[in-house]
Amino acid sequence: MIQIPCPHCGLRNAQEFRYGGEYNPRPWHPLEAGDAEWTEYVFMRDNQWGVQKEWWFHRAGCQAWFLAERHTKTNEISRTYLWKPET
Amino acid sequence: MSFKLLRQALNGNRPLPRMWREHPLKDRYDVVIIGGGAHGLACAYYLAQEYGITDVAVLEKRYIGSGGSGRNTTIIRSNYLTPEGVNFYDESVKLYEQLSVDLDFNVMFSQRGHLTLAHTDGAVRTMRRRAEVNQIQGVNSRLIWPAEIKQLCPPIDVSDHPRYPILGALYHPPGGIIRHDAVVWGYAHQADTRGVHIHQLTEVTGILVQDGRVTGVETTRGRIKTGMVLNATAGWCTTIADMAGVRLPVTTFPLQACVTEPLKPFLDVIIVSGSLHVYVSQSDRGELVMGAAVDPFASYSMRGSLAFTEGIAGHMLELFPALHHVRILRQWAGLCDMTPDFSPIMGVTPVEGFLVDVGWGTYGFKASPVSGKRMAELIATGRTPDLLHPFRLARFAENDLVGEKGAASVGH
Repeated sequence: MIQIPCPHCGLRNAQEFRYGGEYNPRPWHPLEAGDAEWTEYVFMRDNQWGVQKEWWFHRAGCQAWFLAERHTKTNEISRTYLWKPET
Repeated sequence: MSFKLLRQALNGNRPLPRMWREHPLKDRYDVVIIGGGAHGLACAYYLAQEYGITDVAVLEKRYIGSGGSGRNTTIIRSNYLTPEGVNFYDESVKLYEQLSVDLDFNVMFSQRGHLTLAHTDGAVRTMRRRAEVNQIQGVNSRLIWPAEIKQLCPPIDVSDHPRYPILGALYHPPGGIIRHDAVVWGYAHQADTRGVHIHQLTEVTGILVQDGRVTGVETTRGRIKTGMVLNATAGWCTTIADMAGVRLPVTTFPLQACVTEPLKPFLDVIIVSGSLHVYVSQSDRGELVMGAAVDPFASYSMRGSLAFTEGIAGHMLELFPALHHVRILRQWAGLCDMTPDFSPIMGVTPVEGFLVDVGWGTYGFKASPVSGKRMAELIATGRTPDLLHPFRLARFAENDLVGEKGAASVGH
């Protein structure tokens, strides 16, 4: 992977970015979540072979965190977009 | 081995017998091991050798040793940070020392000494702590200073000119390198001789689970009935565990390595630098074998990158300025299954009969004999050996992590 399309800055060198891991939202109601749910959130990962939704940070650019959909075998990025609260 | 060679020389040019045979896939086995690398084959060998369990199939998607076992930089050591880690890897080094005799095959284990450089005061403190932990457990390991480093490794720059001057090093004399393919072939040969079936080009496509118990395995060559499956894969361990419905705390990262063109004998010891993300040794062919940290993002891609080559070349020159004219010959990558506490996951899972030996990150090859032997013990006796207990899958739910920051030689 050589370039990543930043939702703000367009195609930029991949070394400007920092990888933030797979998309893994926190338990929606933290006080009600049990040990099993927290274990799942803190440790367990899908480690997807295929298209993965993941976080990236434009470290040397606009300093924004955004989401990307990338195939983990080919590293092809099909889409990048900003996070929006789920309704 | 030498007598075999002599006999072969006198016999003319007849080819040596095959080291392992091909078999038709049976429709049932007592034990099915997924992954024909050093771990899977070692487990098969110890099952047959120590416990007389020979109805074992080792399933390999490609050819044996084509994954991490053939892609690592072959460094073997036991100077870890946690007592659990030191105990575990020390048994591995002892098994490796006997391996050529045990397998009747020269694995060319060369215990040439292993130096982990410290470039900051913090790193010196960590090295001192590691040395103390190691010495208490009887592992030969001590802190040394630049004058002794220079004596052990004349080409290294110990001056205060570099960006990260060398302040000290953890010296581990029993650390060494080995011929990794020979380890795989040796285990395969001895397992095969004892009746284990090695099935190459056999990919697992599904795992059959009924009422929380494993009942069989689906492969590209047909279905196998079995009550015991060991997931000994790297890179694909999450994919395989998903088939059995087991969740793993693993993220897969590529790790790149490269070799230079062959040089005259230049480097006797193994040099590792955590701050510079580099480890290097000289192979018997004279090539400098170099590896780096894992790539900066998770991926199953094994393509090389220019960022890696530039990075490692710069760091190597900081340690060995004399190498400025040396060219890189080839470059490759392997897949590392990283866990949250930089320790492997070995033992039972919530699915009965489905065992894991995964999450080997950047430290799997050096543990092949001990993990194979102890996983074989677990399969044969049904009891988790004390040595494996700290590395169980349940430690994540129990919040009892190992925290092995001395795991990879590179910084985290």
